[in-house]
Amino acid sequence: MFVNCFFPSYYLQSEDTQQQIIRETFHLVSKRDENVCNFLEGGMLIGGSDNKLIYRHYATLYFVFCVDSSESELGILDLIQVFVETLDKCFENVCELDLIFHVDKVHNILAEMVMGGMVLETNMNEIVTQIDAQNKLEKSEAGIAGAPARAVSAVKNMNLPEIPRNINIGDISIKVPNLPSFK
Amino acid sequence: MALKMVKGSIDRMFDKNLQDLVRGIRNHKEDEAKYISQCIDEIKQELKQDNIAVKANAVCKLTYLQMLGYDISWAAFNIVEVMSASKFTFKRIGYLAASQCFHEGTDVIMLTTNQIRKDLSSPSQYDTGVALTGLSCFVTPDLARDLANDIMTLMSHTKPYIRKKAVLIMYKVFLKYPESLRPAFPRLKEKLEDPDPGVQSAAVNVICELARRNPKNYLSLAPLFFKLMTSSTNNWVLIKIIKLFGALTPLEPRLGKKLIEPLTNLIHSTSAMSLLYECVNTVIAVLISLSSGMPNHSASIQLCVQKLRILIEDSDQNLKYLGLLAMSKILKTHPKSVQTHKDLILQCLDDKDESIRLRALDLLYGMVSKKNLMEIVKKLMLHVDKAEGTTYRDELLTKIIDICSQSNYQYITNFEWYISILVELTRLEGTRHGHLIAAQMLDVAIRVKAIRAFAVSQMAMLLDNAHLLAGNTQRNGICEVLYAAAWICGEFSEHLQEPRQTLEAMLKPKVATLPGHIQAVYVQNAVKLYASVLQQKEDSGEKQGAEEVTQLLIDRLPQFIQSADLEVQERASCILQLIKYIQKLQSKDVPVAEEVTALFAGELNPVAPKAQKKVPVPDGLDLDVWINEPPSESESEDEKPQTIFREEEHRHTKQRRTEVDEAELARRREARKQEQANNPFYIKSSPSPQKGYQDSSGVEHIPVVQIDLSVPLKVPGVPLSDQYLKLEEERRQKQKIEKQKKKKKQKKEKRGKQRRHDSLHTESDEDITPAQQVDIITEEMPENALPSDEDEKDPNDPYKALDIDLDRPLAENEKLPVQKHRASENQKTPEEETPSAEQKSKKPSKKAKKEKEKKKKEKKKSKDKESKKHKKSSPALINEEREEEEEDSVTASATAPKEPPAAESKEESEKPPTDFQTSDLDFWLSTSPAPTKSQLLVGFKKAEAIAVCSESAVSTVASEPEEAKQEEGENEKEETKPSKHKKKKHKKEKEEKKSKKKKQQQQSDEETVETPESVQNGTLDDETLPPMSSYCLLAESSYIKMMYDVQGNLQDGSQVVVSVIFENKCNSYLKSMEFNVLDSLNTKLIRPEGSSVHDGIAVPFQLPPEISNEARFVFTVQSIVMPQKLKGTLTFIVKTDDGSSHEKLDFKLHFNCTSYLISTPCYSDAFAKLLESGELKVSSAKVDGVSIPFQHLLAKICFHHHFSVVERVNSCASMYSRSIQGHHVCLLVKMGEKSVSVDAKCSDPTLLGNVLDEIKQTLTEKC
Repeated sequence: MFVNCFFPSYYLQSEDTQQQIIRETFHLVSKRDENVCNFLEGGMLIGGSDNKLIYRHYATLYFVFCVDSSESELGILDLIQVFVETLDKCFENVCELDLIFHVDKVHNILAEMVMGGMVLETNMNEIVTQIDAQNKLEKSEAGIAGAPARAVSAVKNMNLPEIPRNINIGDISIKVPNLPSFK
Repeated sequence: MALKMVKGSIDRMFDKNLQDLVRGIRNHKEDEAKYISQCIDEIKQELKQDNIAVKANAVCKLTYLQMLGYDISWAAFNIVEVMSASKFTFKRIGYLAASQCFHEGTDVIMLTTNQIRKDLSSPSQYDTGVALTGLSCFVTPDLARDLANDIMTLMSHTKPYIRKKAVLIMYKVFLKYPESLRPAFPRLKEKLEDPDPGVQSAAVNVICELARRNPKNYLSLAPLFFKLMTSSTNNWVLIKIIKLFGALTPLEPRLGKKLIEPLTNLIHSTSAMSLLYECVNTVIAVLISLSSGMPNHSASIQLCVQKLRILIEDSDQNLKYLGLLAMSKILKTHPKSVQTHKDLILQCLDDKDESIRLRALDLLYGMVSKKNLMEIVKKLMLHVDKAEGTTYRDELLTKIIDICSQSNYQYITNFEWYISILVELTRLEGTRHGHLIAAQMLDVAIRVKAIRAFAVSQMAMLLDNAHLLAGNTQRNGICEVLYAAAWICGEFSEHLQEPRQTLEAMLKPKVATLPGHIQAVYVQNAVKLYASVLQQKEDSGEKQGAEEVTQLLIDRLPQFIQSADLEVQERASCILQLIKYIQKLQSKDVPVAEEVTALFAGELNPVAPKAQKKVPVPDGLDLDVWINEPPSESESEDEKPQTIFREEEHRHTKQRRTEVDEAELARRREARKQEQANNPFYIKSSPSPQKGYQDSSGVEHIPVVQIDLSVPLKVPGVPLSDQYLKLEEERRQKQKIEKQKKKKKQKKEKRGKQRRHDSLHTESDEDITPAQQVDIITEEMPENALPSDEDEKDPNDPYKALDIDLDRPLAENEKLPVQKHRASENQKTPEEETPSAEQKSKKPSKKAKKEKEKKKKEKKKSKDKESKKHKKSSPALINEEREEEEEDSVTASATAPKEPPAAESKEESEKPPTDFQTSDLDFWLSTSPAPTKSQLLVGFKKAEAIAVCSESAVSTVASEPEEAKQEEGENEKEETKPSKHKKKKHKKEKEEKKSKKKKQQQQSDEETVETPESVQNGTLDDETLPPMSSYCLLAESSYIKMMYDVQGNLQDGSQVVVSVIFENKCNSYLKSMEFNVLDSLNTKLIRPEGSSVHDGIAVPFQLPPEISNEARFVFTVQSIVMPQKLKGTLTFIVKTDDGSSHEKLDFKLHFNCTSYLISTPCYSDAFAKLLESGELKVSSAKVDGVSIPFQHLLAKICFHHHFSVVERVNSCASMYSRSIQGHHVCLLVKMGEKSVSVDAKCSDPTLLGNVLDEIKQTLTEKC
């Protein structure tokens, strides 16, 4: 479950308020039935009556956009669709875990679509082109130095999900030391 | 050392990255907080390392933690470090973190200014892009001011990717730094017609956002948007524009008239629901704006309502929701058309979707009438019972109150019913809107006199059952109604049946659990009640009864004195003293009731909430003037504690008029002193100037108003226990009734009325519509209140700052701050120069236009005269007429006040331009409906052309050259505004020359103006230049004439735009024009996607007779160093009355080298540097026999070859230009005796040669 909330004043709030907004939004959205409309009237938390929550529900994921009255409601629904399709293209068959483990990438993709709370680009091909170009740039920068890190991370990805760092046997907890602190 | 490095990099490999962190958190569900704090410790270690990759990784993890709600502002400096990394990968991480955690309070943000500037000008578009994205989230006023100019430059970046981001971020900059709006606006406007759809949409987005807040400033853009609306196919852009029109139409009803047809067409034609919906919305806005003036739009309303009904009936809940939303907009002006759909809306109230129910509720608000109010509210009350979730129920509650109270209780015919509804609403548990109900109760009870008795009885009942309402005080807002209940019972106690009983209810020990402000009201109103009970008892001679009541108060008040709330405590202790005194008097058998009642004498009138603000300042009162001289620092410092103390005491005593005994006083003084001593803020508070003058003295000297209590009081007796019992019984009984009432409200009401003798209405009244006449007291306003509505505007609105007149020419001091290298230099940077130059030229062009219009008018007049003279103009007359016309225009220009040279009058009065602007708009709006559909397609330009046509059509003899020139001028205006201005001016001057007057004077004027000071930068002052047009003849036949001009496209180094003016020379319609060229290897016409290289491009308009219009074609060019020639053909259909024929016209397009140049202003020092750099090739040319003034010569080079003058000294000037592909071209032009020598330097030798040739050719041409 992933709530993606953006509106200009969001990041101006304190962390606690941000969390509260997310929690309440999630609470509101998640209890809604499948066959009800995708708009929610704005409460005070998201900046008053001019604002609306517009969301789409995909399996376990909710994509929630908070918009003001200058945006077209149906347009934003389309935009969410574009966003999800873009994610799908960039991650190659996107799934929940992709979004959880690569939040930074999701942010980067979103940044190509929405900038400072305003819609920047709605053409999926254009977005994908820019993202690909940036990824290429990133790869070329990493060069050879990046290779071992990538290898390690690949290994980690292979094995670690199954190995918990804390092994609890009864009451005795043996802590697996973290490698960086090993001198 | 090496080992350490190796170890470092190996360590790094095993650092946790973001994925590890996420995984770790997921694996530590039980002790997440502990795990994260451990991770944060690790991150802190990582941030201490020098390796930027490690830091970036750490910041990346922090970003994630921030999302989880952890404060990461402590790492702000590290984030800045990562932002300034050279690698894009790290930079992006840094900016992402910054965008999430920086805000205006972040102090390191000012360290970023230079870094961001560097990134903005980075050669890598992604560095720039990422900086723009980040900046959009954390831009502060300082950043906006410092970077506005850099961002503005980026708006003309070659890459559309950067352009669109730069355009979009400008909105944020405007918000933070409103001064930047005016300088940046011309460029923003330009971007509306950017070739890249993304940039265009960004510009539309920004302007729509601006216009939404302050629509009136953007009315002048309406024609442009209209054009975009009729030509754009991008639904996203269309929606934005249509929404914008929705905001503009209320300001200009004529715009609405113009819009309705295309919008209706769109409604019928579009398949996109989103677009359809927005169209309907805007049509509604138009209809609202028209509703006053134009009655006959029922067809459009019907269409809208029909479409909306379809939406509401759709199974898609989204459409249903939006349909209801739009319906509520129609409701305001056309309630009747909505009311017919009442069934549908009531049905929506039962929808399972809360949002839809809420929207339906909104609609109900506008649909109630006197007839159906009760029915609707009854239905809503049912929903209230059913509603589970508190939010929806609260919403229902507010809606019920809104519906009932709207427009001054207009629809309520029976207030008893309303009060009982309110009482019933108090049964809701856990609602947050107790205060709303309370406010309604108070309002109704105060303003509807007739209802007071009933209200009081109901309130008394509420008070008796207070424990039901106050059940769980903490979260329960409903206890607020007790506030109202207590106040109403106290204030209107004369209507109470059992005041004593109510009094006891108000003094119950349970009251102590209520919130403080309610207790305070309880205490105060208990005294009011007490006063009335006392009065009653004394009147009936029950001395004992009176004493009992007094004793009751004395017994119960101490519990309030112990209250934690100061207000309650204070009031209670004062009142207790008062009552004790009364008791003393009572014991002496003095009748006191009258005196006590006098405490609360007088009627309270409702006061409008804004009344205070509306009190006008009396004449001669200046609120800003000191009443007394401000005290000196030291004095106030010393006296402050005492004066404040005294002031306060003074006020209190006045208010309460109670005698305070000495001991009490001493105690309080002690307490206050204690409080002052303990209050750390006490000394620090700023000295109050008005208090300083007062002579300080002890508290003893406070003037205390004594109550005149000469009459002895009776000693109160002890209340009888049996009376208590009886009261208790009664109370229980009432509780029972109350409980029954919960289910059967009606029954209870009957009972309530039976108890009261003065009941005005019977039960059946409730169903009778025209019930009793109730005098509703309107709220009081001060006499001669100012009828302003300005108080509706929020002074803190951040968008108010953007309410800026955009049509006023730019003033000198309005330029964007530019980072300066040397303070002494007062030159302008190129970036800055361009927009301001544009802005400046705007006004003169308008002036010229107005003159033109004037001319036209006079021309017309004279024509009319002539046509009266010669009823039929024979061909022979045409010439004569033409001459006369020319004379006319000469006189017109002569009569027009001779403007001082435009360049000098830039800063002239500001009004005229705006007037012209509006008259432009008026002109656009007033054009008659188009004769053909094609007009809609070309919009503004076309509309103007037709207007011109219709004027000239008065007589067909309209002189063709004149006409052509006008057309040309008009089109040129679109293309190159400055040149148009020049041209118009010169035409005029030419004519003046013809009249051979003042020419000499003019020349000499000019001579004096042209002092041999060096003129720097920008295009030249241009008073007496010969007329110039950059358009050259492309081809001509008996049907059509084509003129063309080639312009480089600065934004794309490989594109040029060819503007072609098509002029219909015959008397037939020209249709289906197709423009085609044979592409060469180097130069290709850009055709729409999917068409082959041999396909022509359809010209997007048709030409009625005598009309000309302009179309643009974009070509790609690979190499620009050589001139090019392209062969092409124009095919078209000539449609005459007796049929149509296909025709064609061949032409050759010349692409000169200088047409690839773009006039770019340049610093003289940058210019010198360029020349010294040695990278440029040199060549020179000499032309003999040039006799035109040097001034003209320079202007010619500037105009035809797109150069700008860098510096000019006497008869020598340096000029600069740049090609679209970035070649520098520098010229040094020297004027000798009848010869001109041109030295040129350029980075490309071939280009150099060709440019020089072309200049040479221009100079040798006779003008």
